[in-house]
Amino acid sequence: MNEPSAVVQVRDLVKEHGQGESRVRAVDEVDLDVPEGQMLAVMGPSGCGKSTLLHLMGGLERPSGGEVWLAGQRIDHLSERALARMRRRSVGFIFQAFHLVEELSAAENVELPALLAGRSARHARRRAGVLLERVGLSARARHLPSQLSGGQRQRVAIARALANEPLVILADEPTGNLDSTATIEVLRIFEELRSAGQTLVIVTHDERVAATSDRLVSMRDGMFVDDTRLAGAHPRGLGGLIGLEG
Amino acid sequence: MQDAVLAMLAKEPSHGYGLRARLRRSLGPLGESMNPGQIYVTLSRLEKAGLVVCERADGRPERPDRKVYALTPAGQQRVAVWLAEVGRPRPDLAEFHLKLVAAASAWLADPADLIAAQRRELLRRLREGQQAIMAEPAGSKAVLLLEGVVLRLRADLRWLEACERVWSGAGTPRADHRGEGV
Repeated sequence: MNEPSAVVQVRDLVKEHGQGESRVRAVDEVDLDVPEGQMLAVMGPSGCGKSTLLHLMGGLERPSGGEVWLAGQRIDHLSERALARMRRRSVGFIFQAFHLVEELSAAENVELPALLAGRSARHARRRAGVLLERVGLSARARHLPSQLSGGQRQRVAIARALANEPLVILADEPTGNLDSTATIEVLRIFEELRSAGQTLVIVTHDERVAATSDRLVSMRDGMFVDDTRLAGAHPRGLGGLIGLEG
Repeated sequence: MQDAVLAMLAKEPSHGYGLRARLRRSLGPLGESMNPGQIYVTLSRLEKAGLVVCERADGRPERPDRKVYALTPAGQQRVAVWLAEVGRPRPDLAEFHLKLVAAASAWLADPADLIAAQRRELLRRLREGQQAIMAEPAGSKAVLLLEGVVLRLRADLRWLEACERVWSGAGTPRADHRGEGV
């Protein structure tokens, strides 16, 4: 069942919260394949289960039923320790509220995952330098998160997520706290990552993020209600956007 | 207007007065601005085009109100085409709204499918707009125009979300569907 091309595979996935009468299914028998290099957006009203799905895919939560496979390895049965190791090495998380360590500089935040994964300090430092340059923040490497704008903080968080060359980036509302300019910056970085072949799964309310993806899955009541491919859409010329063409 | 009138007839044959009342009901306060004579002009045009036929009813042919109109096969086909059409570059709100009403009332199409098709089109346009913004050099004034385009597309997409909630929920909104107002 593990085709090598799918980085993330989810089968009959179920997550239930609560007990007895008040039990609800946050994720209700979901199947999903995310091929390598795909940028997938998941949209849906709040409470539809999309964040839970993301947490299950990244091993932050355990399913009530079904299977989660990451690059051909089943992860839902792993021990806590193995799961933590898998998360550090194979998954890059990006959150709405950035979750940077406030006491550490931008560069130190980006170094952290490599150090936790047992890489040398020298490797971690060099990698952080490359990544901060990639997100356009070389000049702010020594700044603390509190000295950075929201958009800059999120770019540091993206650099951190990339530290261990993850198989997949999982992002939960990455532009939720950002203004329009910062959103464009983040989207530009996602676009670059995608061209470089990075697999991304992004849960979002932001139509701009969804529109930048290759594929959009809509969720409702824990289930998928629509699965749309946006990549390869025939461009019609920008004139059509403002009604300049017939 | 012609298409909307045709689609209303898809549910059942009707006379002009009844059609006008249904249109006004569907459009709410926006229907108030409809010219009362417009429906009859539209109907006679549709009749000339062979899209509707007039069945005179209750033996009073001199009263235009009592003419009952029905769709011809050509009219039915035109309704199907209209429902499947995706509005470009942006949906005409009233027209799309009437499409959903007609689709649901006459079981012509699933409103959720119409909404999904419209959404895909808007997302593709939003994608084009986003890519154009990202391709502009820093400080470009053209970005402002593109942002205006993108904002309008986003507004349309949010409206479609509201449409989807109403038309696909069949009147059973769940507590956890309250909007987040992002």
